[in-house]
This record gives sequence, structure tokens and C-alpha cells, in this order.
Amino acid sequence: MTHHPVIPQDINGNPVRVGQPMAMLAELTHRCPLACPYCSNPVELARVDSELTTEEWADIFRQAAELGVLQVHLSGGEPASRRDLAEIATAARDAGLYVNLITSGIGLTEARLRELDGVVDHVQLSLQGIDSEMADWISGYGGSFNRKMQVAEWIGEIGFPLTLNAVVHRQNLDRLPEMIDLAERLGCRRIEVATVQFHGWADLNRRPLMPTQAQAAKAREVVNAARLRLRGRMVVDYVPADHHAVYPKSCMGGWASTGINIAPDGIVLPCHAAQTIKGLEFDNIRNARLAHIWRYSAAFNAFRGTAWLPEPCAGCDRREVDFGGCRCQAMAMANDPLATDPVCSRSPLNARLRAEAEADAASDDIALVYRRMAREKRS
Amino acid sequence: MTGQRVSNTCIPYLPRGVRLHEDRVRGIRVLLAPERAMQLDPVGDAILSELDGQRSLAEVIVTLCDRYAAPAEQIEGDVHEFLQGLVDRRMVFLACENMGGGTP
Repeated sequence: MTHHPVIPQDINGNPVRVGQPMAMLAELTHRCPLACPYCSNPVELARVDSELTTEEWADIFRQAAELGVLQVHLSGGEPASRRDLAEIATAARDAGLYVNLITSGIGLTEARLRELDGVVDHVQLSLQGIDSEMADWISGYGGSFNRKMQVAEWIGEIGFPLTLNAVVHRQNLDRLPEMIDLAERLGCRRIEVATVQFHGWADLNRRPLMPTQAQAAKAREVVNAARLRLRGRMVVDYVPADHHAVYPKSCMGGWASTGINIAPDGIVLPCHAAQTIKGLEFDNIRNARLAHIWRYSAAFNAFRGTAWLPEPCAGCDRREVDFGGCRCQAMAMANDPLATDPVCSRSPLNARLRAEAEADAASDDIALVYRRMAREKRS
Repeated sequence: MTGQRVSNTCIPYLPRGVRLHEDRVRGIRVLLAPERAMQLDPVGDAILSELDGQRSLAEVIVTLCDRYAAPAEQIEGDVHEFLQGLVDRRMVFLACENMGGGTP
């Protein structure tokens, strides 16, 4: 375990206030049958033999509930790639958590879904496209679309509330109206339309995936019209493209303010991409209590609050709104995790970011770099 | 173009995936829903705690009036507004007779 100071302090030594976490992202495994080229997992995937056990997860969930976590998101990789998914989900429920399953559907059978009936509160099913041609190409897995539709049918029969998670990018953004229609046909209570975040794997696929400015503007119109039309029937949540925004997102609602991420091997992170930030040291739940890590881990405290913010953020009236934006994006583009998120129009790097995004969006490159596990023994 | 409207003849209820929760760590009551956790004030908690999926909204309002010794006209508007917001966000469902437009 890394050395922790007695008083929680940020990366510049300012004392910070430590709140209570609301949500936990539990990455049960990095294994996944799909190979989506924008996968949010790190480019260096955790090995199967390092994965936390069922009992370790159960203990983590109890610790999380004691610390104030209300909702747990069971994710991956593909959580169904774990044979003990039902046991893990049951442990989360028994800890008193609201259990959300985030899945591609691949690996779930009707019998496995029925085991989760009364255990999982809500299911989020990923969508790569509105037909086999698009979805199977993007996911790199033949037959994935048809299997996913079968799983959606079982989900409806059992009665789980369902959210469709549509990940959009240049290759499929023009089909957004049909994605919303599909969600409606499947009886979804909610659709989440999320534009690809260009970190990790997605950064390797910027040229084929970067949406055009015109697409982003059109998507906004489609979403607004759908919200009006579907009010009271289906919620439409939308995460627009970063590169076309004026101000950055409040990443994670503020660094280490409400969220905790547990990687498959037990590393505890303030966000799923935090390991891309050089110089931060992370603790492992196998070596420390969650409450201690939450309060004293240098990585969690590094960017808490606003005292560490440099200019132009320090003097900005939005500093309590977006907290300087995404640290991983600052790392990736400015090579400095303390920099203003280059997505912000007030960042000195913004013009470069926009030019690069525009150039990528104008590319006719459609060759995808798929997310694959490095060769290793499968369990 | 609009979804279901709250009316006293409807039976409001919390659908599967939406539930009240006692947050002992923070000492508050919350409504848990997909990707949402909403802190409830005592009034919101009182309203939602009455939704049993059996009684119409009119009956719920009568119960609330009795409990808080307040006239129906005063309570009705607040209850409708509060529930309509949750209906629009799919956190409360309505079972209504002869209602066009909305889906269950």
C-alpha cells in the first residue's frame, strides 16, 4: 500500500474535504466476447488469474454500503463472462445496494437471466448499431446483434427495467433516429446515447470514429425532438461529443467526489481511465480497507476540490461547475494532468484539439483497431 | 405529443427498478432508480410512501390531508406537480382507466 499522509491533501498539498461516495463501478472482469474499438477498458487489460474472487467482491460491496455507496454498476469487460455473476450480484443486493447490470448481452442465457430476477434492479444493454451489418462490424463479433435482440426479449419477458446504451460515433450516428425507435420497440424505459470518449482504445480509432460537427449538431436536434415526443414514455439521456462542446464535462461529477471504480484485479480508481495518468499511485483493495483508500489514497485526493486548479480554471466562474474537466484528457493532450481540459474553449490547446478532431472526422479511414486481450491462458 | 398526465382517478405506483431506500449513512431517505438517486424531503417521502399500487391518487390525497390536517386544495397541487415530474422521468407509473396516449 502506498504511503498516505494523515491529513487528506491534494496534489499541491492543499487540504481537501472528503465527501461520501454514491456509486461504485465494479469491473468484474476485462474478458469480453466483443472487441469494440472504443472500449473503455485500459489498453493493458487485467489478467484473468488476477481477478477478484466472489468472496472478495462480497466484502467490497459490504464495505461500499458502509461508506455510503447506494448503487453498484456491475460491468466489465462483459460481466456475464464471470460464471459467478449471479453470486456476485446477490452479494451486492444482500449488502443493500441498488444493482445495475451493464452488459452486451452476450453470454447471458434465459436461465442465467432468471437467476438474476429479484437480484438485479435494472439492466443496461449496449447497442453497437441498429442491424447486424453495423453492430457485428463494430463489435467484431459475428451474430452479436441477433443474440442481443434475443436477450432483450428475455429481459422484457422477465420484466427487468431496461436501458439501451447506444454508443455513437461517425459510422453510426446518422442512424440515431432508428436507435431511438428500436429502444421504444424493445419497451425500454430509457435510452442512453453516449458519444465515444476518445481515450484508450478509442484514441487508437480516432480517424474512423470521430463524428463530424454536422453530425453532432444533427444528433442534438434528434435528441431534443425525441425528448419532447417521448416524454413520460422513455427517457433520452445524451452524452454529446466532447470535441464540439464549449465547456468540458464535470468529469465524474468532480474527481473522487461521488464515484469509486474497482478494476478486475482489485485496483481502486477514482475513474475507469485514471491509470493513464502518470505519477499517480493506486491502492489495491486486497491491501487496504475501502474507507481508508477513499479518504487517504493520494490518487483520490490528488484532484479533489478546486484549490489545485491552475489558470485559467482558478479564476473561472465555472470552476465549481466542471472542476477543470477531465484529468485523463488533460494528461492525454497536454501531457499534464493538472492542465485545463483541452476540450474547454478557454484552454490554450483548444484550437489544436478542434483542428485535430476536424481532420480525423474528415478522414475516410474505416479500418478499425479492435480491442483484444493480449494472448494469455483463458480460464 | 405529451405523455401521461397525473389525475386523481389514476393509481400511481413505483415501477420495478424504482424504490424507496433508507440511507443510514447520510440519515436521509432516497428514491433509487436507474442511474438516479434522489434525496427526498419529508413531503416527497410522505407522498411516495403512500403509493401502494392499490389506491387512486384521490384516496392518497385524502390520506395525506388527514395526516397533515391540511385542506385538499392546498395539498393537491403540490402532489400533482411532484408526481408529474417523476412520471415524466419514468420514476412513477400511472395506471389509468380509459387513458389514450401513454403506454404502461
